[in-house]
Order: sequence, then C-alpha cells, then structure tokens
Amino acid sequence: MTTESTTQAVVEARNLDLVFPTNDGPVQALRDVNLTINKGDFVSFIGPSGCGKTTFLRVMAALEQPTGGEITVNGMSPDEARRQRAYGYVFQASGLYPWRNIARNIKLPLEIMGYSKSEQDKRVNEVLELVELSGFEGKYPWQLSGGMQQRASIARALAFDADILLMDEPFGALDEIVRDHLNEQLLKLWARTNKTIAFVTHSIPEAVYLSTKIVVMSPRPGRITDVIESPLPKERPLDIRDSPEFIEIAHRVREGLRAGHGDDV
Amino acid sequence: MKTLVAVLTVLAVIIALWYAACLPMNIKGVLTEAERAGVTVVPAGAKERRDMGVIGLVLDNSFAIPATWAQKRPRLPAPHQVAVELWKTTGAMVLKGKTMSKRSLFFHGWVTLSATLLGFAIGTGLGILLAVGIVHSRVMDMSVMPWAIVSQTIPIIALAPMIIVVLYSIGVQGILPKAIISAYLSFFPVVVGMVKGLRSPDSMQLDLLRTYSANLNQGFWKLRLPASMPYLFTSLKIGIAASLVGAIVGELPTGAVAGLGARLLGGSYYGQTVQIWSALFAAAILAACLVALLGVIERVVLKRMGMGA
Repeated sequence: MTTESTTQAVVEARNLDLVFPTNDGPVQALRDVNLTINKGDFVSFIGPSGCGKTTFLRVMAALEQPTGGEITVNGMSPDEARRQRAYGYVFQASGLYPWRNIARNIKLPLEIMGYSKSEQDKRVNEVLELVELSGFEGKYPWQLSGGMQQRASIARALAFDADILLMDEPFGALDEIVRDHLNEQLLKLWARTNKTIAFVTHSIPEAVYLSTKIVVMSPRPGRITDVIESPLPKERPLDIRDSPEFIEIAHRVREGLRAGHGDDV
Repeated sequence: MKTLVAVLTVLAVIIALWYAACLPMNIKGVLTEAERAGVTVVPAGAKERRDMGVIGLVLDNSFAIPATWAQKRPRLPAPHQVAVELWKTTGAMVLKGKTMSKRSLFFHGWVTLSATLLGFAIGTGLGILLAVGIVHSRVMDMSVMPWAIVSQTIPIIALAPMIIVVLYSIGVQGILPKAIISAYLSFFPVVVGMVKGLRSPDSMQLDLLRTYSANLNQGFWKLRLPASMPYLFTSLKIGIAASLVGAIVGELPTGAVAGLGARLLGGSYYGQTVQIWSALFAAAILAACLVALLGVIERVVLKRMGMGA
C-alpha cells in the first residue's frame, strides 16, 4: 500500500459486467464498467432508473456478484472487504428497527461485530454527535422526523468506522428543504471524517453540489457515459449552486444524461 | 359515551331476539304441560298441535307466553334462566364457601382451564419451533407446511377419541390427552402467524444485516424474532381460544365427570338445557378472559419494545 493518501485507489472496477437472468431473457444491468474511486473522493452516480447505479453500489458491497470483469475494494474482493468492515451502507429507507431506540439501533452493527459494551457506548456518542443527533439516543424511530431517521441510519453506518460510505439515494424520500440541509451536513461530515463516499442519486443539483466526481450512467445496457471531475472547491456553501461553475457542470451532467437516453425518451 | 349506548343497544336487541325466540321454541312443551294441568288450550290435544305452525300456537294461546320463559326443561332457556343458573353454580357457591364443590362451575372451569393452558403451552412451543424450521429450511417448508394444513382439515371430534385411545394404551391418561388435543388445535395458528412474522423483514433489512456479515443466528435473534412479535400475539389469541375448544372436545369422548365438556355432556344426557347453556356461557366467558389477558400482555410487551405507538 502507498502512503500517498490523496491518490490511493479505494475501488477499482475493470470491464465489469453483470447480467441478471429474468423471465423475459437476460438483462444487462452493467456493461463494461471501468471506474477508479480514490481515497477521500465523493463520487455521485446519476442516471435514470435501470442504468445500473444502484447495482454498481451493490456490487461494491458484495450484495451482487458480477458476471464478468474485475472489481477490488481496498485491494481485495468486495466480499473480503466486507469482512474487514471496509464500508457502511445507507439505504433509501432508514431501516431503523422500531423496537430499538436510536442508541440501540446504532449499536446493532456493533453488537453483531462483537464490540465491548463500553466501546459501543463511546461510539454511539461519537456518531450521534457527528450527525447532530446528540440527546436523541433514548428516542424511538417513530418519534423522529424522516430526516432525523435518515441521519440516525447514517450514524449507524458510521458506527463501526468503515472507510467507505455507500449511500443509495439516502435522501430520495425527503422533501427538498430537508434534503438541502442534510446535503450540507453530509459535506461537513465528509470533511471532518475524510471518508470515501459513493452516493447514488436522481437529482442533478444534489450530485453537482456534493461530488468531487460525477459518474453519469445510462440504461439498457447499464453503462457509464461520462465521468466529470468537479472543479468546485471542497468548501461549499449552499449558494455555490448559483455560481457559473456549478451551472456549467450541471449543464454537462444534463447533456450526458440526454445523450445516454438516445431516442427512447 | 356514544359507543357505550350503541354497544348496549346491540346487546339489548340480541337479548330481545333471544326472548322472542323462546316463544316458538318452547310453546308446544308449555301447552302440553298446561293441558295436563287442566288448562284449556287451543286446539286441545298434543296430536292436533303437532303439525301446527308454532307462531299460530303462540298467537292463539297468548296466556302461555310467560310460561315459555320459565320452563324447567325448556328447549331454549331464556336469558335470565341461564343467568340464574350461572350465578347458582358460581357466585352463590363462593358465598357458601363451596367454591370448588363438584357442582361449581369454578371447579369444572379449572379442570378445563388447566388442560387448556398445558395444551396451549405445548401447541405454542411446537408452533414456534415448526415456524423457525420452516423459515430456515426449504425442505421443512415443503414437507411440514402441507401436513400442518392437512391436520386442520380433519374434524377434531373424529380424531379426539382416537388420540385418547392410543394414549391410554401406552399408559398416558389424566390431563395430558386433553392437553394434546388442545395443542393439536392451537399449534396451527401459531405456525402460520410465526412463519409470516419471521418472514416479515423486507429484503432491505436482510441486505443491511449482510453488509454487517451477520450470521443466521444473529439475524434470527436481532431481526426476525423481534419483528415477528406482533404476529405472534395475534396468533396466540386465536390459539388460546382454539385450545379451550380442544380441551372441551377432549372431555366429551372420555365421558369425563369433570370439566366444562363434562357439564355439556351431562346436560345433554339428562335434557338439562339450562345446564348446557350455562356451561356454554362459562366457556365463552373463560375464552373471552383468556383472550383479553393476552391482549393486555401484548400491549405491555409491545410497549416495552417501543412498538406500542
């Protein structure tokens, strides 16, 4: 391993293929996907439904097995990386257990991974502070708003200190105002923890606002059509979205999406 | 307050219909007794009345109406007759200090209840074990579930004597045969409910556990089992009522001398309809209490689990 933390590849995909057998014949969910994610990157995957962005995330997490090509996470297979607790996964729904309060929900992965009681308590406090939910440890999920529930689920993914955070449309079900707020918080959290984040989204402004790298994908077969390195600074106030740079990147993403759609829009 | 009025209205209507039903049901018996006692009835002679419509008889002999609610052995006892019999065999016995005498419904109720509870425990335990097996093994799912369903299509009244005979021949008697019949009826709702409950976590929940590399055991104790609790309680409420039915049915073929089933049997041997109905009501009240008790436990447990919103 190199010590050059800025250019160290965390995820490397080479000629990745994934075909799902279905009743209507095989579906090519991913075709010839090549991508490198470096340590500390914030990578967004954007594209219409069926473009394979969630599938790619699931392949990184070893929840799907590719049918061709290669992928490594931290230099090992996704399966091994999972056993090394390389990543935390955040789903579209918070998936908090209704029978556990927030603290015990965050302890769930820690219990499974065999952390000691005192270590569990310490980590719960740390991650709740990171997502600004301190004081809510005794509350049950139904006592929290949707945005707070999603923050709790991010805290749960952070609890075991994985280097990579995989987020599958985590704010997709929330309204725009809450979403803006959470995006801002997520950037702060990213800056503080220096995690590598892979983030699936439908929203162009969200992708441009958050990312250092935007991966534009298109469906049938699922493939990458464009990879945009964002020139925006790491420090991003919400009003950066009115800057010419921002609008230019957003425009390029939109063009990429349109090109990928071909004539079946 | 409005609901209370509505509930009481429904209750009043049911009782009124019951009193009304006593007229046609009991009129022939009442008229026969009255004629024997020398009262003139229209028309005279039991033979003439045999083929007549009962409504017509009631209209022609309106003097006999109160008597249809006060017969000693009516075809259909009136509500107050059942209530009086219930009181005589419960509260009145307690006041006399003979709570557990052989004529007390507390005594018979306890005999049935003990078999019910034992059977319910066996049935619930078996049901949960089977459900765990079915959820975790495809072979069990395909081999056990069909038999569980078939087992419930056989009328228990046909099976009960055989269970008792077979168990007696291997030396098992007393409370256990009844409990087994009651377990036979109560395991099924528990199996069905728990299979559904243990499978209730969606694929996202299961994926989340996979990202933690959780093993089957952890998945069961941390996710599947707690997620199944609301389903379990629903099943238990059905199961306990079925258990009580099983225990009563288990008392019938043995010619048991104690238990609510024995009261039903005795009542039908001697034409004591009032005794039959009071035993039926005792069973219904017992079942209602058991279901209500489970409801309270459900509320407390789910609330402590944080799910009692």
